[in-house]
Amino acid sequence: MQLESRDLDTTRLITAGGDRLDAAAAIRFKDEMRNLTHDGPARIVLDMSAVSFMDSSGLGAVVGAMKQLNPDQVLELAGLTPTVMRVFSLTRMDTVFTIHPDVQTALGDDYAHAS
Amino acid sequence: MIMHTLPERLEPMGQADHRSGADRVPDSDRFEVVFPADELELRQALAKAMTFLDTLSVPPEGRGMVEVVLAEIANNVIEHAYAGKAPGMIEIRIERRADTLRCVILDEGRPMAGGTAPAGKMQALDVRRADLPEGGFGWLMIRELTENLSYVRIGNRNRLEFTMRPAGPGKNPPAGS
Repeated sequence: MQLESRDLDTTRLITAGGDRLDAAAAIRFKDEMRNLTHDGPARIVLDMSAVSFMDSSGLGAVVGAMKQLNPDQVLELAGLTPTVMRVFSLTRMDTVFTIHPDVQTALGDDYAHAS
Repeated sequence: MIMHTLPERLEPMGQADHRSGADRVPDSDRFEVVFPADELELRQALAKAMTFLDTLSVPPEGRGMVEVVLAEIANNVIEHAYAGKAPGMIEIRIERRADTLRCVILDEGRPMAGGTAPAGKMQALDVRRADLPEGGFGWLMIRELTENLSYVRIGNRNRLEFTMRPAGPGKNPPAGS
């Protein structure tokens, strides 16, 4: 899973490039998220709009990515596709994360400045 | 000399007998795939299963949930049943009968703990960030998304069977009604 990162004002936007966040991708995803967040600003937004499939291993890796943040950092999610959203809601993990419908909504004015 | 009898006739993996009683499911409504218990092999097997569901015109939301269930069960086989053993095979069989998919997953790994399929309990989420669960979601989803789930150990083989209605209950009345 390819991850791209860029900073927009006080938010780091990380874009997941692969279409499957599954058992085969989970460990590398979590490691790469650590690399991309450890020196980041307080707010991290993960754009998952390219991820069409996620299993429980992938969900565990997203939770792990949040748990390994610095105490003052937050991880928010954006652009969940229907199957991925369903995995979050079936496990009630949608109550743990702030989930935005898309990146534009998540970033607001920052997005306008970035595009 | 026959040493023992098995509770069910065992077909070799990959040679499923799809007949059940008097009715026979047409070839176009059934699918099977046998693959090595490996995460990347599983991806390919799931892709084939999803192509099959496309031929049945299963709606995308239902298709995604079937893929999640099959992935969770197969991942458990890879991580638990075959853990520390020589790599084995997994077989997935799917049959469509009216609005219902009947799925069977076979493997030759270790039996499930206690001889029963896990219940899939919701874990506490109102906890500190550091205490949030990173696993244990698989059986929770399997139990929420499937019906009529049964597990049986036959000889050296695990056999998990369940049904799903990927179009949702009541959307497609059974044929003949």
